[in-house]
Amino acid sequence: MNHAPTAVVDVPPEPRPAGEGATRAPSPAGRPRKARRLPWGKWAEIALLAGPGIVVFVAFVIFPVVMAAYYGFFRWKGYGPPTDFVGLQNYRLILTDPAFQDALAHNGFILVMSLVLQGPAAIGVALLLNKRMRGRALIRVLIFVPYVLSEVIVGIGWGLMLHTTGAANDLLARIGLDGLTRDWLADPDVAIWSLMAVLVWKYIGFAVILMLAGLQSIPEELHDAAAIDGASYWKAQRYITLPLLGPTIRIWAFLSIIGSLQLFDLVYVMWGQYVASTAGTSTMATYMVVNGRISGSYGYGNAVAVVIFLISLTIALVYQRFVLRRDTEGALTGGAS
Amino acid sequence: MTATTTTPQPTTPQTLRKSHESGGWGSPTAYLVAFGLVGVCLAPVLYIVLGGFRTNSQIIQSPAGLPAPWQIDNYIGVLTGSMFWQQMFNSLVAGIGTTVGVVVLGLGASYVIARYPFKAKEAMYSLFAAGLMFPMTVAITPLYILVRNLGLTNTLAGIILPQVAFALPVTVIILVPFLRAIPRDIEEAASIDGASRLGFFARMVIPLSMPGVVTVGILAFVASWNSYMLPLFLLSDDALYTLPLGVQAFASQYSTDTARVLAFVSLSAIPALIFFSLFQRRIVGGLTGAVKG
Repeated sequence: MNHAPTAVVDVPPEPRPAGEGATRAPSPAGRPRKARRLPWGKWAEIALLAGPGIVVFVAFVIFPVVMAAYYGFFRWKGYGPPTDFVGLQNYRLILTDPAFQDALAHNGFILVMSLVLQGPAAIGVALLLNKRMRGRALIRVLIFVPYVLSEVIVGIGWGLMLHTTGAANDLLARIGLDGLTRDWLADPDVAIWSLMAVLVWKYIGFAVILMLAGLQSIPEELHDAAAIDGASYWKAQRYITLPLLGPTIRIWAFLSIIGSLQLFDLVYVMWGQYVASTAGTSTMATYMVVNGRISGSYGYGNAVAVVIFLISLTIALVYQRFVLRRDTEGALTGGAS
Repeated sequence: MTATTTTPQPTTPQTLRKSHESGGWGSPTAYLVAFGLVGVCLAPVLYIVLGGFRTNSQIIQSPAGLPAPWQIDNYIGVLTGSMFWQQMFNSLVAGIGTTVGVVVLGLGASYVIARYPFKAKEAMYSLFAAGLMFPMTVAITPLYILVRNLGLTNTLAGIILPQVAFALPVTVIILVPFLRAIPRDIEEAASIDGASRLGFFARMVIPLSMPGVVTVGILAFVASWNSYMLPLFLLSDDALYTLPLGVQAFASQYSTDTARVLAFVSLSAIPALIFFSLFQRRIVGGLTGAVKG
């Protein structure tokens, strides 16, 4: 437990559970009982209950992350202790490697396009579905199906469909759009858009469900009041719904950003280790696996992991500081959480 | 599925609301958009499932066509082979192991954070919360080396332990508010009745926090079921492949036998879909709850 604070203090606090304040108050009442208890007994209970979780968490999450930072300074094939210290050489190589720069650019493109393509669409659909209509529960289940499928299944299925001789081109030819058929996966001009299409397909259901949950937490009285005051439907959405949906949108965007930066499975399944970079769909994570694990350069791979982490952390902290901060401080939180 | 019946809305505001809804955006648009979206979401899934009912020559001649005639051989072939069942079994072991581990370890840690008065609990909470910032991608290479040094490569335990560890942050964040919400009166009453704090934990806390535990367990199970990167790094013995690895291996091994690949892919998706439809309200509730803290 002692190693906790150092690494952690500046990590953005999660939104404090609502119960926080409430638990503080009753604690004096608990005092006398605690005094009776033998201190070692209390600590033994704590160790028994929390010990295994902390040990597993530190061993398999914190320790590997710390080790990634350490290994990143070595040229190392993964066997025996690393000895060939190269300082920042790995990082210099990564940042000057055009293949990594491409991968980073792809991550950036995916990040922006995910927000632009999914956000407005998800909000719009959620607004439409946030009404009493028959079968809404079923609709919610069905649009969530792609999200539940594993990225491997999605990758293989879409890979077969988008193949030059696959269903997508066949369908286009049948409806007379022969001109539009192309090599959706290998053509570097098109491939990343194919990836975006699959990503949006897989994750928009999640966004819609999240937005719907956010909408349902907005008190109906507000809409009724607006209606009584003569506000149009659009005015009510613009001035009541959207601002109150703000916290949900910002959290969704945060999850989407982090997911975009870590993207691996889908690209690796659909394009494999060799094609992703030539098709223009490589990501930082596929770059890491190809140039670290597969080529046996473990030191280099770890350095790439550190770069991914630092990029994600920086973006996350900036986002938390300038975007999510409003939610932890603002008056809106109370209404929406 | 029963949502409309189980959540009775207060009637008076509803009638008011309806009046202005019927004005602008009536139901037809909503249904149109909904059906369009559902169609887009399901069409690729249908392509995969129906493709499994076709022959390769059907698929080559008309990639986007329907089965004509329907062929069940691909599905039979997959279901009678041992590979699919072996991988399903491995996925089940990994999933159940991960779920049990997450629930047991997460509940213990969350209970301490939620209900024990001691200083370090804030630090403990932050420690776990910080885990949200460490995705598995970043730790994957050292994790591989750690698991190898522990002698756990090519064991399912080598998959389960890291998955438990990486699921703990979300688990703690979901469970702590649940456990905090258990009224202190109940604990007082239990202690007056002579129950120790541990006894209280076993007999009162676990039953009372069941909804949270179920949510957390489902999230862990689904994550494990779909997990790809970790098994990819840690498992080289194909007898231990979980379904995602197995599906991919199958797809590259039989890359010319598209119909059979599609059958294999559909069958491997079924458990997750069944599981999801059974628990979808909890999954959705858990995700939105997790997101909101």
